[in-house]
This record gives sequence, C-alpha cells and structure tokens, in this order.
Amino acid sequence: MTRGLVIVSHAYGIAQGLKALIQEIAPNLPLTIAGGLDEHTIGTNLPRVQAAFDTNPASHLHVVYDLGSALMNVEMAQELTDKTIIVHPCALVEGAFVAATMLLSNLDDDRITEELLKLKVK
Amino acid sequence: MDLKQAQAWLNTFFISIEEHKAYLSELDNPIGDGDHGFNMARGCTAAKAALEATPPTDLNGLFKSVGMSLLSKVGGAAGPLYGSVFLAFAKASLERNPSDDYAAFLRTGLEAIVLRGKATVGEKTMVDVWHPFIEQFPHSASVTVIDALVEATKPLKATKGRAAYLGDRSIGHTDPGSFSSGLLFKAFIRSVSL
Repeated sequence: MTRGLVIVSHAYGIAQGLKALIQEIAPNLPLTIAGGLDEHTIGTNLPRVQAAFDTNPASHLHVVYDLGSALMNVEMAQELTDKTIIVHPCALVEGAFVAATMLLSNLDDDRITEELLKLKVK
Repeated sequence: MDLKQAQAWLNTFFISIEEHKAYLSELDNPIGDGDHGFNMARGCTAAKAALEATPPTDLNGLFKSVGMSLLSKVGGAAGPLYGSVFLAFAKASLERNPSDDYAAFLRTGLEAIVLRGKATVGEKTMVDVWHPFIEQFPHSASVTVIDALVEATKPLKATKGRAAYLGDRSIGHTDPGSFSSGLLFKAFIRSVSL
C-alpha cells in the first residue's frame, strides 16, 4: 500500500501554491491537487476531485480541503472510488504540511488523524 | 410523467435560472459569496448544451445528464447539492414513474440534499423549501404557496453554510438556494400535469 496526499481548494492558485510548498519538504510524496473549476475559475467540482484521486499514484489517500462545498465534492468522490480515502477537517496549509511530514516519516493513519484533529477548523 | 414533460420542466427551470441569475446572485451577496445565480446559470447552460449534444431517450438519461452537468459546472455548494438531486431523480425514475407518487419522487431529491449538505429544517437552507413543499404536496403545488415558502426563509437565522458566520445579520434576507429551489418547483407545477 502506498500512501499519498490530495489537496482540494476553490482556487487553482492556492492548490498549486500549496503543492509547491509541500514538494519542498516532500518531493517524492504522491501528491495531486484539485484546484478551482479551471485555472481561472473559482470553485470545486466532482470531476476534478475524482481526477485528483485517480491520478494520484497512491491507493491510500489523505485529503485536505478548504471550504464547505469542497467537502461535499470530496465526499461524493469518496463514495465513487475504490481507493481508501481519509478526509481531514483541518486548516488547509498547516494540515497539508503536517500530513506530508508524517507520511514521510511513515507514521500510521491513526496518528496522522489524531495530529490533524488538533488543527481542526471545520 | 413522460420524457417530454420532464424536458419541459427542466427547460422552464433553466430559463428561469437564466432570467433570475442577477437577482439570485444579489440575494447571495449579503449572506453568501454573491455567486449563486451565476454559478447556477453556468451549470444550467452546460446542462442544456449536453442535452442538445446527446438527447436523452428516457427519464433516467435526462436526469443523469443534468445531474452530471451541474456537478461539473456549477462550482459552489449548489453544484453537489443540485447535482445529487438530479442523480437521485435518475435513480428514482428507474424504479417507477415519478407520476406514480410525485411526493415520493421529490423526496428522493430532498434526501440527497440532506445527505450531502447535512442540513435540517430551520437552518435557512434550501431544505426549508424542499421539506414543506413535499410534506404539503399536492396542496403546495401553487405559485402562491411556493412563493410563501421561499419568503418564509427570510426571518430565519442561518446556522449552515457561509451565512452562518453572519449570525443574526442573516435574518431578513431570503435564502438564495431556497429561491432557486422555488424556481425548480414552479417550473415543475407548470410543466407536469398533476
């Protein structure tokens, strides 16, 4: 089982920027993003979240997201995928950073979830 | 309900979303992010184009196509909410014709909204129109009743969605998702023989 991270944001720039930040500390972590409806349009949608799940090389995905409707799309995509999905209601930037760090150190899912609950904001 | 009636329902809905898109976004300004009308209009335009490109042959195909378009194109919370509604309608119409029991058919949409949005009655969301409309159906099948249900969201204090951050200041504004739901039901009663 390989584990990876998925970032879902209403803004392409936020997702892309956070990806760059995470890659700085974890260049080899399987990481995909769903940012915006496209590069210029704010929003989230099901197909882009599904694509982020599908194209991530890992089969076991930790997911961080920003605002309310992102969660709805993440939950729909979760119901439609065979991959294992763990969704964290944490602060996006800090959560992604902590998750990446802990995934790199091979800490187990329960430990990651416990740590990210300290950053719970929604 | 035959395919033609259902298409008339959805076309009427698409047209009224387009007509009200500025007003819907205006409603969304004080208590949301001001994009509900434009988001819905973008989704409905995409849904219409998809139906023209690949005309559906039955109710299931029609509702599924509309659901998928709204899921991909709307962008805000309305995307997964309305998208789930139409996917639920698609599933329900496979089991029996909606006209066998319209209230039961519409209730599958409400259940999808509740599952996805986790809202309950009284939180100033579209549930506040869907729930009473279905509970009072067919008595509720009039423009006057639908308008009254939409209007009744005004005094409510929002506790779900972005409007919840405004607390008491959300009071006095019509909920935009309730207004667009009102448009869906007005289009429904106009197009379907009850």
